Amino acid sequence: MTKEMTGAEMVIQAMADQGVKHLFGYPGGAVLPIYDAIFAQTEVKHILVRHEQGAVHAAEGYARSTGKVGCILVTSGPGATNAVTGLTDALCDSIPLVCITGQVPTHLIGNDAFQECDTVGITRPCTKHNYLVKRIEDLPRILHEAFHIASSGRPGPVVVDIPKDIQFAKGVYSKPKEFPHTGYKPKLKGDIEAIKAAVELMANAKRPMFYSGGGVINSGKHASALLTELVRLTGFPITSTLMGLGAYPAADPQWMGMLGMHGTMEANMAMHDCDVMICVGARFDDRITGRIDAFSPGSKKIHIDIDASSINKNVKVDIPIVGDCAHVLQDMLRLWKAQGKHNDKKAMGDWWKQIAKWRERKSLAYRGSNEVIKPQYAIQRLYEATKDKDVYITTEVGQHQMWAAQFFHFQEPNRWMTSGGLGTMGYGLPASVGVQLAHPKSLVIDIAGEASVQMTMQELSTAVQYRLPVKIFILNNGYMGMVRQWQELLHGNRYSESYSEALPDFVKLAEAMHAVGIRCEKPGDLDHAIKEMIDIDRPVLFDCIVDQKENCFPMIPSGKAHNEMILGDSGVSLDDAITEEGKMLV
Amino acid sequence: MNANVPSSSTSHYPNAPMAQKLETHTLSVLVDNEPGVLARVIGLFSGRGYNIESLTVSETEHAKHLSLITVVTTGTPMVIEQIKNQLDRLVPVHRVVDMTLSGRSIERELAMVKVAGKGDNRVEALRLADAFRARVIDATTESFVFEITGKSDKIEQFVALMLPLGLVEVSRTGIAAIARGPEAM
Repeated sequence: MTKEMTGAEMVIQAMADQGVKHLFGYPGGAVLPIYDAIFAQTEVKHILVRHEQGAVHAAEGYARSTGKVGCILVTSGPGATNAVTGLTDALCDSIPLVCITGQVPTHLIGNDAFQECDTVGITRPCTKHNYLVKRIEDLPRILHEAFHIASSGRPGPVVVDIPKDIQFAKGVYSKPKEFPHTGYKPKLKGDIEAIKAAVELMANAKRPMFYSGGGVINSGKHASALLTELVRLTGFPITSTLMGLGAYPAADPQWMGMLGMHGTMEANMAMHDCDVMICVGARFDDRITGRIDAFSPGSKKIHIDIDASSINKNVKVDIPIVGDCAHVLQDMLRLWKAQGKHNDKKAMGDWWKQIAKWRERKSLAYRGSNEVIKPQYAIQRLYEATKDKDVYITTEVGQHQMWAAQFFHFQEPNRWMTSGGLGTMGYGLPASVGVQLAHPKSLVIDIAGEASVQMTMQELSTAVQYRLPVKIFILNNGYMGMVRQWQELLHGNRYSESYSEALPDFVKLAEAMHAVGIRCEKPGDLDHAIKEMIDIDRPVLFDCIVDQKENCFPMIPSGKAHNEMILGDSGVSLDDAITEEGKMLV
Repeated sequence: MNANVPSSSTSHYPNAPMAQKLETHTLSVLVDNEPGVLARVIGLFSGRGYNIESLTVSETEHAKHLSLITVVTTGTPMVIEQIKNQLDRLVPVHRVVDMTLSGRSIERELAMVKVAGKGDNRVEALRLADAFRARVIDATTESFVFEITGKSDKIEQFVALMLPLGLVEVSRTGIAAIARGPEAM
């Protein structure tokens, strides 16, 4: 079915045909025709944010919690440059987004016109792909292609830059199915010989370990179910990266907790000592591996990833399998069952005994207090109060993010939205807006720090405008906590510029923005205050005053191996824990 | 910046990145002939810190809107593998072929070499050009422009010989490569 319409109408029609219900954006001169097209229809609902970065993070939260493509509409120049942080964040964490940017009319491009910038040039390295539309004839194809590229293979953000004259121009629109995608076809099925070899290796393993990541979440709920089935069938222990939390139920006895720089002792020690590692949709990031030449030195490594460039990038693996997690896991399960494979019972018994010893060390333990609220305790109480509810968690970046990963437990995928790869402070509040829109009946909580939340705080107005009852749970220690922790570790307790001397009164701030503010300062009041927060059907800014000097442990200092982690109560002087070379690392 | 691993530390892998030898590879990259595709490829190399030693781009099949990029690059085997995979995941890239690894490729480069001089030097330049099968494509009473085609080392040798004879400047196309035999890439 084809129809004549303007470029601006095509943008909205293409979104509607792609199943888009919500669009996050901010108007401006170069996108006014598209805003006119929005005004004339009801299929796609526009959500007005307060800053373009907020629009992208909201779309990320929307995408991550639904598995659908998140949509953004911003104007030229500053609209586009403000979106860059969010686009880079989505590229790092493989989040499917389509971002429409307005551009000055084609005859003015390159003229330094008002609000002109080289959007495709600026966003080229921070998108999966981008387009500048120069002819109305190309627009329908490009719009549909953008959705296909954003959501297939390793997902990512796609920018479509549309000059204003193209938005006004009339052309013939066609539906998505009239555009066969011939160019971009990611490989989904893994090489069956490699999968056979992997299954063989797994069946003979003495100390096996699953290491899963965000790729399992991106592959869909089905992939998480297959992973869970395979892990239970084999009886192997499993850990996950920050991005992969929820792919395997945390309540399960085979779950070891998160690994990496702030991972549990049992997960990191088991990664170090394992003899067969099965990496599913993770990428051996430096937060995970620690010192690369001491990373799991004795193991044979199997790596499943849809992106061939992730394989052998940081760590050399023995069995690379390029393919979609769900497809490969399905083949693995089928082969494991068909060949009647089973694990080495005796070896597994010994392995689990060793793991039990590491677990006994209780690496997440911290000293409780009746005087001040310990940040870990606050998350534990929040978890206890919400674990039986339909809850979605977003976070900002820093200590609170790591504590949330350690103390909030996820039983399903798509429940946990955090900025992993780029580490964007200010991600959580706008992301929670996107999540709440996608799940209006659910409880959506942004676990925040008082420093991060101030970066995108204006989006609280967005939540108020659309009656989105998001809960912003701020662990307020007055410091940029992770910066302070590193200054303690690496820079002789010189807390240069990491203390916020002029914090807002968050309760009054919430009230000024027509939201609800709650403050809690004593451990004894916490449970009641959390319940009050949950019961309020409006946006809440919860100012939880916590211990100012608490550090996040365990921690693998930069430049150290997995078996050289510092534990909270180990009594190691932090000054001695890190070498000169380690100080060079991030 | 995890590249700053102390070099004295024990290495699990037989070939730690620092100890590996650098290799030079010629890659043929078949791409959609669309605006910005070259910027994507060059941006990938600069953004990820890879080397470009030679780069040629030209449309090959007008009807199919395809261009061929030939790039010569240097790196450890692990880096060369990364470069190929990174190129391959760019959306407008159709195929990446490692011409060096295939071992069946022919590589050629064209150079135009301007030499100015009089007397014996002029005669000697012309004599050497003849030996290298370089053609004279422009001449004045005091200069020649030679056109020479061949492998890079042949061109480099010719240029070196022209240096004492009055070499003025050189313009090189960069390397183009194609596989032997009847098949397309």
